[in-house]
Amino acid sequence: MAHAQKVKFEQPKEFKFSPENMKLVEQHIAKYPKGRQASAVMPLLDIVQKQHDNWIPEVAMEEIARLLDMPRIKVFEVATFYTMYNLAPKGKHHLQFCTTTPCWLAGSGEVVKACEKHLGIKLGETTPDNMFTITDVECLGACVNAPVIQRNGDDFYEDLTPENVIGVLDGLKAGKEVPKGSRTGRLTSLGAQGATCLTDIAKKTGNKVAGEGKK
Amino acid sequence: MLQDKDRIFTNLYGWLGADLKSAKARGNWSGTKDLLAKGRDWIIEEVKKSELRGRGGAGFPTGMKWSFMPKESKDGRPSYLVINADESEPGTCKDRDIIRHEPHTIIEGALIASFAMGAKACYIYIRGEFYHEAVAMQKAIDEAYDAGLVGKNACGSGWDFDIYLHRGAGAYICGEETALLNSLEGKKGFPRNKPPFPAGAGLYACPTTVNNIETIAVVPEILRRGASWFAGIGNEKNRGTKVFCISGHVNNPCNVEEAMSIPLKELIEKHGGGVRGGWDNLLAVIPGGSSTRLLPKDLCETVLMDFDSLRAVNSSLGTAAVIVIDKSNDIVYAIARLARFYWHESCGQCTPCREGTGWMYRIMQRMVKGEANIEEIDMLLDIGSEIEGHTICAHGDASAWPIQGLIKHFRPEMERRILEYRKRIAA
Repeated sequence: MAHAQKVKFEQPKEFKFSPENMKLVEQHIAKYPKGRQASAVMPLLDIVQKQHDNWIPEVAMEEIARLLDMPRIKVFEVATFYTMYNLAPKGKHHLQFCTTTPCWLAGSGEVVKACEKHLGIKLGETTPDNMFTITDVECLGACVNAPVIQRNGDDFYEDLTPENVIGVLDGLKAGKEVPKGSRTGRLTSLGAQGATCLTDIAKKTGNKVAGEGKK
Repeated sequence: MLQDKDRIFTNLYGWLGADLKSAKARGNWSGTKDLLAKGRDWIIEEVKKSELRGRGGAGFPTGMKWSFMPKESKDGRPSYLVINADESEPGTCKDRDIIRHEPHTIIEGALIASFAMGAKACYIYIRGEFYHEAVAMQKAIDEAYDAGLVGKNACGSGWDFDIYLHRGAGAYICGEETALLNSLEGKKGFPRNKPPFPAGAGLYACPTTVNNIETIAVVPEILRRGASWFAGIGNEKNRGTKVFCISGHVNNPCNVEEAMSIPLKELIEKHGGGVRGGWDNLLAVIPGGSSTRLLPKDLCETVLMDFDSLRAVNSSLGTAAVIVIDKSNDIVYAIARLARFYWHESCGQCTPCREGTGWMYRIMQRMVKGEANIEEIDMLLDIGSEIEGHTICAHGDASAWPIQGLIKHFRPEMERRILEYRKRIAA
């Protein structure tokens, strides 16, 4: 599906990897056999995105093409094929809402609505203060902790409800550290009712066992 | 129900620590050198005897897959092991837990598998969204290098072995093994025509085996405990333990390692905490991730969760991601949303898939409202059959299956909507 860039923006004139990132670039290239340096195109695009305010300008793709000795169009092809590469500026917090069936069954529709109302924007839009961009994405792969959103391709916020997601938004807006993971205090993919197996280890590590009430 | 002593992933939930010291305390990396000393043929033979089938969805016998690799390189080309951790099938989140909580069993399995296939290097391809999981995996790899478990003379075995992590960037299609290889080579994730199969010409046109990460992760325990232990769990030809994901309308959504061939109902009731509102509130279950055809309640009563039992009811075990749907739900929308998923994730290389997934999605959107003709239900089946088997990879087939499942079991509901919509606009 095309990733339309509706908002006008300027492409920067030049891009250089920072010295620290240049070391990372070399580390990534070294992972692949000699002559196969094109394999590093994905990690390099990722480094650009991290360095350059969460989006990849065209000059950076040219720089990658030069470093990896590959045609520019090949870099461009890769950058446009994968959905995690942003080719246009995003808000400070790019929130991606999973709306695929498992999340939808768990109420992602209501979570999206609550956020749209709270922020005053629709999916695909950015707030006027440039703080939030919200988009919907396909399955993020955390279905037993649905609904899930991802921030800037890094942090997952899980087990969301229309109520607790507002806390995530407000926390991010206030510049607070919003801890990743479950918003209901669940330990990773362990059921909220507690352990249904491995009960000895659960007890030893102070975790709840299903059917035994509080730990 | 599987006994705790037979569980491989004792740290599935992350309560014991993923570091090397904790992993060793759980038994990882114990006697690895001795296992390697038994030789390549012994390892492959044991894996064959264990009847392990690939955990990525297709269920191909792992030992047989490994035996396709060349015994020695006649033309100087190296062999590779590539581990598929591009977990993206809707409903599936099992690999995520194995990566972040049991990374050392993956690395140990990778060493053993690579040794058995004569591969000196292994790449783990992890989906890009799993950023923190990739950090955890890399940390474990670094620990393993520092401890001499991998790298030159891995585990003191005399075998040199390198293992690298490669992050994807958001493309479901890269879970298809040849698309994954293209992606790893720095290209668009376009699936390749087969033959040649990866064992002949895979990564960089060298002999390559692509295995799911769960498949690799269970190998060390199989070798340590013996093939007969693993082959003693589950039903015939469907052996061993399996990590199931239970999501959707259950009271206790979770991941859990269980015995293969566990009854679906037992899985949902025992671990999933039962269907929301009780068993009688169950409408349907998608048993193995979004590509698998849904099962209505009557089939869910008795079906066993393994490759062959689910095939017998015209569905599939897939990734063993159980998506439970209760009666409060709009089943047509649930499948229409999956149709959107397949349309969005089609790589666009083959016309039947690129265009057909869009056609099906647009018709399904109208089916949700009933804004369609009765004949269009059969048209959906027709489009699906035009896609199936006419594309390079199975994405096209997978896009047709959920809709086929819906029509097979819920055609009256689709017809009811169409008739009601007509009545409404006529009024």
